[in-house]
Amino acid sequence: MSSSVAKTFHPCAWVLGALLAVSPMAVRAQASPPKGEETSTPEGIQVPKPPFSDGIFPCTSCHDGKSMKVNPKPRQLTDMHQDIVLNHGPASRWCLDCHDAADRDKLHLVSGEKIDFTVSYRLCGQCHGDKYRDWRVGVHGKRTGHWNGAKEYLLCVNCHNPHSPHFKPLKPMPPPVPPQSIQAVKGGAR
Amino acid sequence: MTADLNPRKPHESCDCEGEGSRRAFLGTAVAAVAGALTGCGKISHEEFLQHNFRELSKEEVNDVIARLEREYREKYGRDVHVGNEPPMPGVIFGYALDLSRCIGCRRCVHACVKENNQSRDPEIQWIRVLQLDKEEGVDLRHADQYYNPEEVPQEGHFYMPVQCQQCKKPPCVKVCPVGATWREKDGIVVVDYNWCIGCRYCMAACPYGARHFNWGEPHVPSAEVNPETHYLGNRPRPKGVVEKCTFCVQRTRKGLYPACVEICPTGSRKFGNLLDPKSEIRYVLENKRVFKFKEDLNTQPNFFYFYGV
Repeated sequence: MSSSVAKTFHPCAWVLGALLAVSPMAVRAQASPPKGEETSTPEGIQVPKPPFSDGIFPCTSCHDGKSMKVNPKPRQLTDMHQDIVLNHGPASRWCLDCHDAADRDKLHLVSGEKIDFTVSYRLCGQCHGDKYRDWRVGVHGKRTGHWNGAKEYLLCVNCHNPHSPHFKPLKPMPPPVPPQSIQAVKGGAR
Repeated sequence: MTADLNPRKPHESCDCEGEGSRRAFLGTAVAAVAGALTGCGKISHEEFLQHNFRELSKEEVNDVIARLEREYREKYGRDVHVGNEPPMPGVIFGYALDLSRCIGCRRCVHACVKENNQSRDPEIQWIRVLQLDKEEGVDLRHADQYYNPEEVPQEGHFYMPVQCQQCKKPPCVKVCPVGATWREKDGIVVVDYNWCIGCRYCMAACPYGARHFNWGEPHVPSAEVNPETHYLGNRPRPKGVVEKCTFCVQRTRKGLYPACVEICPTGSRKFGNLLDPKSEIRYVLENKRVFKFKEDLNTQPNFFYFYGV
């Protein structure tokens, strides 16, 4: 899953979820998590690094503000990032709703506060407050590690491509052998 | 000539020595007779004379484990560790599965098979994933466990993995005529595979189809054997005994999540200590819509299903 996310990843799109952000939500999300370490959630629980496509980060290696002027106008991208399909909320959604135009290595909340990609869940949490709340207690999303100790979360974007967040279907693993086939096997049924 | 140089004493002819010879001889003889009667030719006399696991002293448990590890090394050609961790005090395990998120990909089924050394041939799987109709709800008449489309989830369906529900009133334990299965203090229902007589009453009693019988000699390729095992959990089983999900007792009693929780790509599976008010399992029980499977049977499962959205 994360690899498919990574492929379609792009600096522009990180936390589109944030866009929907309504201000009271945003305030709440901002207020609750104090600044932790780069790869830590507010609770000090480790999360893996954001699933960037290879070689795409830092975004400022191209978007340095000099060689390329910022074009804030929503448009069909033709030179770069054409692989990104934006399917997240209303059609008016645009890269710079989440990605910061002035500092491309950051995202920004509705309040204007710039945040790192490693804490993108704060951006998602602005709109998806119920999911954010469940995620922080370990009920939305996956936890691994110890049930009574150190746990590892995933970021929202490890499972949901932020540009097209619907969870992608998977090929199921093989079904059990049906009873009629088992009869022929040495050792009989289960 | 050799007989003259090294004359044999009479008792050496039966490989017996000293005072224990009669007892050892009787033990072997009893085992041999029993083996002949029951058709279990390979059983050693130590194994035959072994008591119920709950009646063993510490030394006896150590002997049993040493014997098992020796046997596994002979069988699989690699070291298999058989653990014996007791329940943690103040812990009762609970499990919750989010039906609104499960997509029926069966990653859990196969992770469980690997982790718990289930027989590959004949095939045994402790988790069964049911594909159900959204229109019908949890109605087993519309359940299909053999679905195999190109992609899941399928339109109009939801998925319900079923495994041992670790009941507080387990009917399987009630019917066992020899006490080979019981509920541990942390809520896990376990089987002593060496005490199980294979009568399968427990399988008939279980309303969840959670128990599985080794009809044939279980086959696990040596390279795929999980060497971290527990006596009451995932150690390799003999033919003719019943086995079941133990919440990965070999992992969870060390603080790890069960293998099915670790593998689930959708994060549908939640696990923790029911006695810890801060655990995620308690959050689920207190904040989500939760139900128990076949609650009307009063088996009182510690396994819950919930809707996360």
